[in-house]
Amino acid sequence: MSRKLLEIKDLYVSFDTYAGEIQAVRGVSFDLYEGETLAIVGESGCGKSVTAKSIMRLNPEPPARFKGGEILFNGEDIIKKSNSEMRAVRGHKIGMIFQDPMTSLNPTMPVGKQIIEGLRKHKKLSYKDAKKIALDMLKLVQIPNAEQRFNEYPHQFSGGMRQRAMIAIALVCNPELLIADEPTTALDVTIQAQILELMKDLQNKINTSIIMITHDLGVVANISQRVIVMYGGVIVEQGVTDDIYYNSRHPYTWGLQNSVPRLDIVKEETRLTSIEGTPPDLFAPPPGCPFADRCEYTMKICRAKMPPFFDINEGHKAACWLNHPDSPKTENPSRLKKQSNTAENGGKE
Amino acid sequence: MTKKEKEVLVSVKNLKKYFSVGRKTWLKAVDDISFDIYKGETLGLVGESGCGKSTCGRTLLRVYNPTGGSIEYNGQNVHKIKGGDLKGYNKKAQMIFQDPYASLNPRMLVSNIVSEGIDIHGLYKGKERQERIYELLELVGLNKEHSNRFAHEFSGGQRQRIGIARALAVNPEFIVCDEPISALDVSVQAQVVNLLQDLQQQYGLTYLFIAHDLSMVRYISDRVAVMYLGAIAELTTSNELYNNPMHPYTQALLSSIPIPDPRIEQSRKRIVLEGEVPSPINPPAGCKFVARCSKAKDECRDIRPELKEVKPGHFVACHLVK
Repeated sequence: MSRKLLEIKDLYVSFDTYAGEIQAVRGVSFDLYEGETLAIVGESGCGKSVTAKSIMRLNPEPPARFKGGEILFNGEDIIKKSNSEMRAVRGHKIGMIFQDPMTSLNPTMPVGKQIIEGLRKHKKLSYKDAKKIALDMLKLVQIPNAEQRFNEYPHQFSGGMRQRAMIAIALVCNPELLIADEPTTALDVTIQAQILELMKDLQNKINTSIIMITHDLGVVANISQRVIVMYGGVIVEQGVTDDIYYNSRHPYTWGLQNSVPRLDIVKEETRLTSIEGTPPDLFAPPPGCPFADRCEYTMKICRAKMPPFFDINEGHKAACWLNHPDSPKTENPSRLKKQSNTAENGGKE
Repeated sequence: MTKKEKEVLVSVKNLKKYFSVGRKTWLKAVDDISFDIYKGETLGLVGESGCGKSTCGRTLLRVYNPTGGSIEYNGQNVHKIKGGDLKGYNKKAQMIFQDPYASLNPRMLVSNIVSEGIDIHGLYKGKERQERIYELLELVGLNKEHSNRFAHEFSGGQRQRIGIARALAVNPEFIVCDEPISALDVSVQAQVVNLLQDLQQQYGLTYLFIAHDLSMVRYISDRVAVMYLGAIAELTTSNELYNNPMHPYTQALLSSIPIPDPRIEQSRKRIVLEGEVPSPINPPAGCKFVARCSKAKDECRDIRPELKEVKPGHFVACHLVK
């Protein structure tokens, strides 16, 4: 396996507010290897964005506070870095694409200038050289009339174009890691397809690692090699994409998969399987499994004690007591079984 | 069940809605569309942002006056209703909005939000009114205690339930659901969709379900209309649309939706459309889709294709589909 680029060990992040301490991330550990695409999936408020922003130290501190753990990027602990050291990392070694391309570009600055900003700062290039690279970058992300677009402002761009410009800004310094925080959520499906194709294409060309944050399981299936499922500030399951989709061992992952209707399967059930209830309150997270209140398989131990990771397969871990040898045997809900059956037949229906 | 046996509830004929955006310049949000909604069915209306689907839904409820064409509800032109009869239509047709955060008045108690319609129409008074509010809240999965709270005390899914209770308060027949689930989390979306379906069965409601999420629309709708740049590209039953899409735009739209199954998703071929939706100000004279269509011919550029019935119940607006 290739080199470990990023190692997160037992990360705790809290936000201090007037109402109390929000324990947004509670003991998250994962690795990222060079050249791979890792997806982090979960509902809003599950801590996926906080985790990703911690890697770039973009959570405002205060109110955000690192309570423990390490983020090792190329072996160096990000948390220990000073502000000026961080500035050398942001946009240079790590690039980021944000969800909303309308608000994350500077409206008072031409797009071209925003692209060369990083080159001038980090690579100490002259304006002329930087512009040349920026124009190539604009062509790479398939923005037509790059020369003219270089001098235009974000409001002159459409949503999809702005997201392309964002990608150009994030990638112009050839970062080793690209963090994409819901890059396609604000876009229409036909534009989403274009952007996903573009991201895959660019990854092949410049070989960056990607952390993709999303709640869309379709996007995950499209782009990622490994998946992390988060819930209530903790990782509940992680593994390679196939394991998570076809052999998931956590009821929350089952719930997520079953609550979205499939476009390619004729509707048989009259009702969607929904997950009743709402996510836990992170002011006072439960001592046991955060999903226990909404889970239909809850046992006594689930509420009392946080489940550890049980190894299912190589690299596939699930934090659920159902995987303990002493717990009752549970079946995957019917739909998933069908899904894994079709997968064994080579994905044909 | 054939179509003829079904009763038409809403009939939209050559509806046009233009917005003025300057001297002699018009934004053609809805440009000459016609369709029927049958009693008791769910008609899905899908399309990308800016295709006019919300404008269409709003015009149905008289939020906008149409530039041309007509909308008939039970045979009555809704934009010609005057005076006291208006209350009658407003009671029959209700709306559920997209953003549960913006569509509830933050200064009103939940009980007042839900009962506003009841009071305006004078349906219930005093104790009966109070009981009706409790009944409505329980119907949508909330409880009595929630009636004395403000909207900000609720989560997104709960707010959307309040919005649904408000729409149901006046016993409507027809509800326009304008992207009711797109602001919600995946697991909560399923709850709201199930609720909408239960209510439909219980009260025989008719829905116009506006959304951009095609997989959810396929799931909830009996028939689906695909809109592009103010025009309907294709209209048919939801299974037919997904199994046999005929319009090039529908084909591209369906193929660009990611399927949550990695082996299928990574092996399938997709039609990636070039470019973006053009501006509805000065749209192309011919087919609306011509600029992005890979199969476009000269005919497509000059003559606008009509929505014609290609197969029984399957309407397509494309010159290439015969």
